[in-house]
Parts: sequence; structure tokens; C-alpha cells
Amino acid sequence: MIFNYTVQWLICGGAVVTLADVKKGQKFVIASIPDNQIRAQAIRFGLNEGAEAECAETIASGPVIIKRGRQEIAIGRRLAMAITVKS
Amino acid sequence: MHGGRSPAGRKETCQGATAHCHGAINAMNLPAGAKRIVLVGNPNVGKSVVFNRITGAYVDVSNYPGTTIEVSHGGYNGSVIIDTPGIYGVSSFNDEERVARDVILDADVIINIVDTVHLERDLFLTLQLIDMGKPVVVALNMYDEVRVQGLEIDVGGLEQLLGVRVVPTVAPTGEGIDDILQAAESAGTGNRSLSLVRDLRDLSSVTDNEAEGLMILEGDEYVSGLHNTRPGGRREEIYLDRRQRVNAIVDQILGETDHGASLKVRVGRWMVRPLTGIPILAAILYAVYQVIGVFVAQTVVGVTEETLMQGYYEPFVRGILEGFIDPGSWIYTVLAGEFGVATMTVTYLIGLLLPLIIGFYLVLSLMEDSGYLPRLAVLVDRTMTGVGLNGRAVIPMILGLGCVTMATVTTRLLGNKREKIIMTFLLALAIPCSAQLGVITAMVAPLGATYLLLYAGVILGAFGAIGLLLNRFMPGESTDLFIDLPPLRLPRLNNVVMKTWTKTKLFMLEAGPYFFYGALIISAAQITGLLSSVQDWVAPLTVGWLGLPREAATAFIMGIVRRDFGAAGLYGLSMTSAQTLVSLVTITLFVPCVASVMVIWKERGTRMGMMIWLGTFALAFIIGGLVSRAMALVM
Repeated sequence: MIFNYTVQWLICGGAVVTLADVKKGQKFVIASIPDNQIRAQAIRFGLNEGAEAECAETIASGPVIIKRGRQEIAIGRRLAMAITVKS
Repeated sequence: MHGGRSPAGRKETCQGATAHCHGAINAMNLPAGAKRIVLVGNPNVGKSVVFNRITGAYVDVSNYPGTTIEVSHGGYNGSVIIDTPGIYGVSSFNDEERVARDVILDADVIINIVDTVHLERDLFLTLQLIDMGKPVVVALNMYDEVRVQGLEIDVGGLEQLLGVRVVPTVAPTGEGIDDILQAAESAGTGNRSLSLVRDLRDLSSVTDNEAEGLMILEGDEYVSGLHNTRPGGRREEIYLDRRQRVNAIVDQILGETDHGASLKVRVGRWMVRPLTGIPILAAILYAVYQVIGVFVAQTVVGVTEETLMQGYYEPFVRGILEGFIDPGSWIYTVLAGEFGVATMTVTYLIGLLLPLIIGFYLVLSLMEDSGYLPRLAVLVDRTMTGVGLNGRAVIPMILGLGCVTMATVTTRLLGNKREKIIMTFLLALAIPCSAQLGVITAMVAPLGATYLLLYAGVILGAFGAIGLLLNRFMPGESTDLFIDLPPLRLPRLNNVVMKTWTKTKLFMLEAGPYFFYGALIISAAQITGLLSSVQDWVAPLTVGWLGLPREAATAFIMGIVRRDFGAAGLYGLSMTSAQTLVSLVTITLFVPCVASVMVIWKERGTRMGMMIWLGTFALAFIIGGLVSRAMALVM
């Protein structure tokens, strides 16, 4: 995971943005999901790496709700901090 | 849980090592030679409603060996219909998937139930089932929502693209159910990805069962192990490809006529944001309290428990037994004594518990059907992570206010063992069940608002503190919230009623027996004098440390048997306000009732069961004593 982070950092020129950083209404693209199992489950939801989504709601220190099409998915903060995104 | 003969008729289909022969499905004792029709779908698509529609009241529930998942099956027209747990895909990520996988691999026909409003999500599983080469028919359930949500579906087009029959259904009204069953009779396989077909053919030396072949390609360790081969490493590639196919299909057949933030979306957002969500929750909790705490717990139970059971049933039973058993004998005591298996236990289950359980499941089904429950999980997630759980744990907590025994059974839906242990302990310690809550409210209310707040404060404090400690010191990590938020809708009455009925039935069948075992144990303890010994032993603690009258010890011991008896035992004692507070705090935190203990023992094992029992015993007295000391300082 640290390797992933470093690569992202180098490519994006310093700022690594995670799902926990996005603001409400912001559109983004999923960059990487570290855990194999979570990644597979995410693909089933249609949230594969490279998929576009929008941030529907963020709750301070709480879950992030993202929207893809008509589907809304709530992701706990700790997990959101591990998922990197790009705009 | 389901005994009987083994299905000898199916053995001839086993060739070499396959999941049917080695999977636990044989333990389900299905009728020999009957066609196996399996219902598969994502969680919350209405599978159980469809299942109930098809099979009616005659359903068998089997506990899947090695897991805590239950599988229901029933008959229809000579075939067997099997329900599976809701899954987002076929694999081995958790117990639900493992069980569903085995049942699916053994299926003759699959009825894939899909939430029409969520095609982009649900079709992933559909395509996976088709890729497995199984005969599939698709039920576009909740079809009535399509117009409401402003969608347009080209059903014929979908049928062509998938290559299988697609039938719109509305399960609660029964629309489409006959059509889907007819389609299932002549179900065929669908359109698979050509590259997958090639890969499966390459695998034919390992297995010619294509469904199992796909599992191996996708890296399923269990199925690969059955065939003594290494699991494939291409799951992600196959998944991504499938995802693209779903996106392409949805683009073609789905159209939207309406868009934008509607009232439902706005209300949904209000429910999850703390500023608006907490007042909404408070309002809902107040309504629930009125319905369950006041109407059911007092009015309804007053009739069922006192008038019916204690007024008619118990004297009736005693009358019969007295005819041929000596009232002084121990058999009589076990059957019809104070904790009689035929008297008190039955009264408790039917007179007190049943109305309360129906009430709680009604509330829960309403919250589930309306889409509120997942939003509640989001609202409380931050608090829950503090005690090592995630938002989904709010469900066992709410159920615990109904019946801790029932809630302990529900801990099965938590993510991993660590969370199950934490939740079970917190349920046993700090969640008072409805049986006690009635008496506790009656005792605390006259003391005034301050004492009410003090009581609530201490209990919540205990919950939080112990939760924090458990989270800090237990090894491992709990799972994170990762759930789908279905759109808000007005709950459908037939859906809710059916869910309430099914869940109540399951609870009574599953947890009911533990109350009987518990009563037997307590009667034995009473007869052998163990009960009074424990009372004597506890008495000095009660008087010296807690500062309560000696008789309170009896009440605590009673609390081991029946939570409401325990609280009621305190009711008659003359105590100061401070003493009342101490006694109520202690009895709430004190060990769970015998039935709960037995469920904890079954679910978590002997060692954990003992630790929880002793832990709550100790904590109840420690915290009770501290409150007593604190009150003495303040007064």
C-alpha cells in the first residue's frame, strides 16, 4: 500500500487524493483500491478502478456517500482513506 | 437441524470430485430426484417474498453446516425451491457467498431475482450466473417501481442480449410469479462471453462441469481444491470484462424519463447528516416507544400474558397435571412449578415475548422496507467505529431492545468474528430488553427526570467505556462500512407483514427452545438448592457493597431467569431514590437471561460464553457499587 501511495504521489506531483478528501458534488475517477477482496466487491458494484463517480454526501469524520448512475453507496471513513481517486 | 433420510437418488449424478458430492448440500436432505430450482439475487431484492409466494407456508429451514447461515427450501409441483442468502456475486468472500455458491453449483434451474431499479448493479450477478452455464430465468422484481422512478426498460431487448427469459414481477402482489415459474420449466442457458467459453473448454481436462470451471478460473480456492488444481489468477480481468458487458447492456436497454434531486433524495440526505438525522432518529424512536413500549408492552401484553395465559392457560395445565402427578414431586416442579416448563416458560414465550417480538420485527421491517435502515447505519457509523463496530451493528442493537436473545442470533450478520464478539458482549452487558424496560421505566419515572438521565447516562457510559476498551485491546481489525443505499420508498404493507411473519416464525423456532432449556436448568438449580445458595452468597455483596436491602439479591438471581421478574423483584422493595437507581443499574448490566446465555454459548463457544457471563456479573456489581458510592458522596 505504501508503494501504491508513493507511485500516486510521484505521478500526481505530490498530492495524493483519497475518497475521504473529496467534497460534496465533486466528480472523480477511482484510481486504486488496495485490498483485493474489497476491490472485487467494488467491481461488482460497478466501482472498478477507472470508473467515474460523484460524491453525494460526506459526513464529518463519518462515511462518504458516492453516487454512480442511480446507485448510492456508503463507504466507512477508514476504507475511504485507503481508496485513492483522481479528478 | 433437519434430520431425515439422505437423498440417495442424487448420487448417480456424481462423477469424480464435484461440489455436489462434497459440498454440504447433501446435509440438507432434499427429496431424491426432485428438480432443484434455486432463487438467487442481491440482498433486498425481494427474494424471500418471491420464495414465500411460491412455496406457501410449508417451508423447511436448514442450518448450513460449518456456518451460521440458514437455507430455506420448500416444494412446488414436485420440484424443490431453495432460497439462498442475498449475494452480490458468486465467490467465497464470506459465509453467505460460500453457502450460495454450493447451492448454485448444485442447481438445475436458477431463478435470478433482480431489483429492476438497480439493473446496473444486479446484472453483474446475472451475467455471472449465465457465464456459469446454468439454465437461468430472470425476474425483474419491483417492476412497479420502474414508472415511479421515471425509468424505461426494453424487456424484449434485455431478453435478446442475455439470451434467457426475462419476466417482470411484483412479488408482494404476485404479479408475474406464475409466468416466471412457467419460464423456469423450459429455462435454457444464456449468451456467454466467447473468450470465457474458450477458456472453459481448455479446462475440460480438469472438470467438464462448466460452472465449477468458471469458479476455478475466477480463483475460488475451495472449488479448485476439490479438483486438485491451482486456482486461476484472472478474477479481476474476468470481473472487469463482465462489468463492461453489464455497462454495455444497460446503456442499450435502460432509459430515463425523469432526473434530478427529488423529495425522496433530499429526505434521504437529511436522514444521514447528523444535524438533521439525529432529530429524525429521535422522532422515530419516540414513535417506536409509543407503539412498542406503551401499546404492545403494556396493553397487549396485559391481555395476552395476564388475562389469557396466567388467567386461563396456566390453571388449565396445572389442573391436568395435578390429576396424575403429585404436586410435591420434582417432576411437577419442573413442569408446572415456579419456572415450570409447561407453565411459566410457555406463558413467557407466548404471552410476553411473542407480542413484543412481532412488534419489534414489524418496526424493523418498516425501517428496512422504507430504506431507512441503511441510512441509520450511515448516521451511527462514526460512533460505532469507536467501539470497534460499524454502522450495520445498529441492527442487533435495536433488536436487543426487543429481546437480547434474538439480537444475539442476529450478530451473525456482522462482518467478522471480532465484531461479533464485541457486539455480543455489549448486548449482554448494556442493552436492556423490552421485558425489563417496562418495569424499569415504571420504577425510574416517579423519581424524576434527573434520575432518568442518570440511569441512561450510566448505561450508555458503560456501553461506551467497555466498547472502547474491547476495541483497544482485542486483536485484529473490524470491517468497514461498505453498503448500498437503496432509494427511499413508502413501505409496502404486504412486504412488511410477510417479512414480520417469516422472521417471527424463525425466531420462535430458533430461540424458543433455549427458553425451555433455560427453564429446565433453573428448575434444577431450584430443586437442588443451588439457587438459594447463590442468593445467600450474593447477599453480603448486595448489602455491603451496593447498599441495598438484602432481598435485592433475590431479584438479581431472578434476573438470571427472566429479565422482567428480576426487575419486578425490585419493585416491591422499599428503597430510597439512590438505592433504586443503584439496583436498576445493577440489574440492567447483570448477566443476560438464561436463554441468551445459551445462545451465546452456541454462537461463541464455551470459553467466550463463560468470559461474557463472568464479565457482566463482575461489571454489574462493580459499576453498581461505584454508583452507590458516588450517590453517597453527592447526597
